[in-house]
Amino acid sequence: MSTRTALSRRVVLQNGLAGGLVLAFQWPLRAAPVNEPEQQPDQPDGQFAPNAFIRIDNAGKTTLVIPQAEMGQGVYTAIAMILAEELDADYAQVVIKHAPASDKLYANPLFGIQVTGNSNSIRSFWDKLRGAGAAARAMLITAAASQWQVDAESCSAANGKVTHAASNRTLTYGELADAAGKLSVPDKPKLKDPKDFTLIGKPLKRNDTPDKSDGKTIYGIDVMVPDMKFATLAQCPVLGGKVKHVDDSVAKKLPGVRQVVVLDDLVAVVGDHMWAAWQGLDALKVTWDEGLNAKINSTDIWNGLRVESTKNGVLAKSEGDVDKGLAQGERFDADYELPLLAHATMEPMNCTVRLTPGACEIWIGTQVQSRCQQYAAKAAGLPIDKVTINNHYLGGGFGRRLEPDMVASAVRIAKEVSTPVKVVWTREEDMQHDVYRPAYRDTISASLSNGKIVAWKYKVTGSSVMARWLPPAFKNGIDIDAVDSAVDMPYDIPNKRIEYVRAEPPAVITGFWRGVGPNNNVFAIESFVDELARKANMDPVAFRLGMLDGTPRLKAALKLVAEKSAWGSPLPARVGRGVSAQPSFGSFIATVVEAEVDDVGGVHLRRITCAVDTGIAVNPDTIMAQLQGGLIFGLTAALWGEVTLEKGRVQQSNFNDYRMLRIDETPPIDVHVIKSGEHPGGIGETGATAGPPALRNAIYAATGVPLRRLPIDRAAIAVKKA
Amino acid sequence: MPFSIKVNGALRDIDVDGDTPLLWVLRDVLGMTGTKYGCGIAQCGACTVHIDGSPVRSCLLRVGTVGDRAVTTIEGVSATEAGAKVQKAWLDLEVIQCGYCQSGQIMSAAALLAKHPHPDDADINAAMAGNICRCGTYVRIREAIKSAAGNGGRRQS
Repeated sequence: MSTRTALSRRVVLQNGLAGGLVLAFQWPLRAAPVNEPEQQPDQPDGQFAPNAFIRIDNAGKTTLVIPQAEMGQGVYTAIAMILAEELDADYAQVVIKHAPASDKLYANPLFGIQVTGNSNSIRSFWDKLRGAGAAARAMLITAAASQWQVDAESCSAANGKVTHAASNRTLTYGELADAAGKLSVPDKPKLKDPKDFTLIGKPLKRNDTPDKSDGKTIYGIDVMVPDMKFATLAQCPVLGGKVKHVDDSVAKKLPGVRQVVVLDDLVAVVGDHMWAAWQGLDALKVTWDEGLNAKINSTDIWNGLRVESTKNGVLAKSEGDVDKGLAQGERFDADYELPLLAHATMEPMNCTVRLTPGACEIWIGTQVQSRCQQYAAKAAGLPIDKVTINNHYLGGGFGRRLEPDMVASAVRIAKEVSTPVKVVWTREEDMQHDVYRPAYRDTISASLSNGKIVAWKYKVTGSSVMARWLPPAFKNGIDIDAVDSAVDMPYDIPNKRIEYVRAEPPAVITGFWRGVGPNNNVFAIESFVDELARKANMDPVAFRLGMLDGTPRLKAALKLVAEKSAWGSPLPARVGRGVSAQPSFGSFIATVVEAEVDDVGGVHLRRITCAVDTGIAVNPDTIMAQLQGGLIFGLTAALWGEVTLEKGRVQQSNFNDYRMLRIDETPPIDVHVIKSGEHPGGIGETGATAGPPALRNAIYAATGVPLRRLPIDRAAIAVKKA
Repeated sequence: MPFSIKVNGALRDIDVDGDTPLLWVLRDVLGMTGTKYGCGIAQCGACTVHIDGSPVRSCLLRVGTVGDRAVTTIEGVSATEAGAKVQKAWLDLEVIQCGYCQSGQIMSAAALLAKHPHPDDADINAAMAGNICRCGTYVRIREAIKSAAGNGGRRQS
């Protein structure tokens, strides 16, 4: 294990979340414990419930409670596979259940609270889920052995049954549930040898897609509660502004409009259906107190970021002597910039609330169940244990649903309404009141000697999402997410210095966005490495391969992707191949994008090839799907994504002015999964991180123009008129 | 104003303003939530239904203009030959991720196959470019349409 990886998330996980780490990078990111009442798992009589994840009733019905949120990434299937594998359940018959809100029962081992994010569901729950399944299996076997009065070692389990082969006797898990439930839960149950896995590693069908294919799946936005009314809301168009005055005389007369709710920071209209509420909202005459942000434009954000980036940062990592190293070889400098981005989940923000005396019930799709519970309790003025969170499938998360703001506002609206109320945001409201991916500026200096990078000085400047979202994790001035893949750089470079400057933008609240901090780090690193390869007169793949001896899994992925993409074979004029390589989220991924740049600077994707070593691939089909989708997510942003502000207002409003990649613009995407026995890595974020630098480098190869900011500047890569 | 519309073969009585978009009548009045709201301005296709077999964005279609034409939604599309084929292919090739856009994707694809039983890539682009998928399932959507059409459509590996 090289020292460079000693700080990385995957190693922390492999070392069992132990100490011995650099203080600034201490994982897990444990939040302050929440004062949560003791909550027992849902455990009706007659059920075997050895832990928070597994329930087996007398009829043998096996229910798996999935702690993580399903937002398309396939985690319900993967977690069910892991639990069923060690449990030796009859996988075809297991029933899946959303977990309730509870940090005690369902905390993400990496965060210490209930969170689905950072591509770590499988990485962080791997040991815990295997142990849960294995403990339950051991108890069922013990129960059977005891009934038969034989040695437990002589019994075996498979497909929801325990068998004693010597006497040809079999009992189902249902028949054993009562007896097993009376046994104590073993501390260290024996886990399967991976060579004996029958589910893990197979491209099994997802358990959530049949209902999604015929409209049966209930997302948060689909919830129907008896006597419910429908509401939609408007916050001040200037970020952070307040309500000054509302004239609702016209709105109240519209058919289907029932009520107008005016709070200090938002207005909402309640109606018989969403359309009535929306018409009512449009008919309101609202005067806003726009506040100080009314003067803020995008230029203010960029100017602030650029000024801050000239300051010395907080040291995140240092190896060797970077100043000496920079003086030794030929020195190059570059700056890269990434813009603010919106999440634009296909399911707009929504939350349904039923307030009754002394209780609050919430229906939502969220990545943070317990945090929603806390925010609802606070808004409702109730103890946490009086708030029930019913989580649902998410119509996309991408980090937006790591925020509970839509819960707090919905509860505040519900307090003014006598019936249950579903609050649905319009797409425009969703886009203009997002928490935005930070704008970043990266300043890098490097020196080259004999075809290798000998010194690397990299400063990340940008907002700290972590400081707001999980303050205990923001330590010593370092946002560990913002520098995650900067400190985890894969290349063998003897002299390195990584710094971070926290620079908060005016007006804008920043949030996690698919790919999180590594999105920025990998774009800057892989863009500059490509430029350095050219300075060294070397092929970009060969240049990288020469510096990857310390990261052999990434080296192997890079070799494979070069082969599969026909790297180096001839291409027409203004067509280029670009490569990127990343060790982020515990997965080693190399990607080649082939793209054409037309005369007016239009960019056309031709082909994408990706090789991934994600350790044990729990469900290889999901890995491929996540990479295909993640690449499209990242490339969408690279091609078009930018949120801009004018007079404190977000200028983008819907898919007409915040463009998404569409099917006619999508090339073939081939993903090659490398077989591995290593600890599983993360996958959901990785494609989003891999795509943009590979495309940027393809454009560099096609045009010779080294783009240094996103989204892609068409004018800069158009054929220049003589 | 009370009137009736025919949804998935059944007459449904409704009492809303005729200007109300069909999307909200389906979702909030009839409780048929399989049809999704994504943008409200016919940019994303999540709300696609069939009107007499043709794909229409229900977020902009005023319910008062539907008349006696047949409305088919995701809840009823399996009763059509093309719809059933598309749904099967969607599962066979495991197209779906979050799934929120997929009602609309499936409705657009079913309408395509009903009209062009063997679409080529250009036909697929023309029929499906109006449907946004934020999870990025486009590669598999293309393959699944070809599979449903019996044009091969082997999954990429």
